[in-house]
Amino acid sequence: MSDAKKFMFVNRKAPYGTIYALESLEVVLISAAFDQDVSLAFLDDGVYQLKKGQQTKGIEIKNFSPAYRALEDYDVEKLYVEKEAMEARGLSEEDFLVNVTVLSRAEMGKLMDEQDVVLSF
Amino acid sequence: MLHIINKSPLSSVSLDTCLNTAAGGDTLLIEDAVYAATKGNAAEAKLKTAMGKFKLHVLMPDLDARGLGDRLMDGVIAVDYAGFVDLTSNNKTCQSWL
Amino acid sequence: MPNIEVAGKSYETDEEGYLVNLAEWNTDVANYMAQTESINMTEQHWEVVNFLREYFEEYQIAPAVRVLTKAIGKKLGADKGTSEYLYGLFPYGPGKQACKIAGLPKPTGCI
Repeated sequence: MSDAKKFMFVNRKAPYGTIYALESLEVVLISAAFDQDVSLAFLDDGVYQLKKGQQTKGIEIKNFSPAYRALEDYDVEKLYVEKEAMEARGLSEEDFLVNVTVLSRAEMGKLMDEQDVVLSF
Repeated sequence: MLHIINKSPLSSVSLDTCLNTAAGGDTLLIEDAVYAATKGNAAEAKLKTAMGKFKLHVLMPDLDARGLGDRLMDGVIAVDYAGFVDLTSNNKTCQSWL
Repeated sequence: MPNIEVAGKSYETDEEGYLVNLAEWNTDVANYMAQTESINMTEQHWEVVNFLREYFEEYQIAPAVRVLTKAIGKKLGADKGTSEYLYGLFPYGPGKQACKIAGLPKPTGCI
């Protein structure tokens, strides 16, 4: 892992309204095969992707949120949520379906700055 | 008339523009706009203020899909797809704030 | 879309032969799919197929082979959590073949 590059996937869109969240998740799952140092960042409406209890039967779109719980199996264990974004949406850490690290905006910016590759969704 | 919004209040100005422009009447939040009607979100106060002027509705299947069916703020009317149809047929005109 | 006929019933499949509607899956379909892949289903094969179905039920994705191997090792014992064991059962790839038999989509990341 010493020569692994630091990859960050930046997620800023709510699920279902647009395809970005699902596309990002699929790229994360595919790229996990390449054994890199992967971080997932959830900013702005992206924090909604991790909300517990999604029930999509009524809108007839596949609920892909259970797949975030499989990320651990793919050795993707670094999930970061922007504190300000979470709070602005009336959410707290207990609302998420996976364990996350909550970072302030400033900390998030610093972490983003340390990456070798940033993929934006 | 009926106003429909489908964008998240925290990533688009659609809700603001609608509430600032429209003269009143029925307003329906669908798709990512349903986040505006959840307890504790940053647009909650704005929506509360708008209640005097607008009759606010939210499309429940969209709220349930997003895992927030139990966070609907007070004063917003929950509708299903049949209710959506009723709203469009009961209003003479409809503006979608895309 | 091509259809397959199994025990007098018609099932929709995609262009690579994967079942389109997961809910239609049954053991007849599984046996038919296995036959088209030249696989003779044994108890060991079923173990993997059933595991895949449970995994999909839980996470809504078909796991990549690497993930499947690790997860099988955890669930069914370390001796089964190896690519030798899984490729022994499904020579053309446990992801591709076992997923098809299990009625799942092709695993994400399987090219």
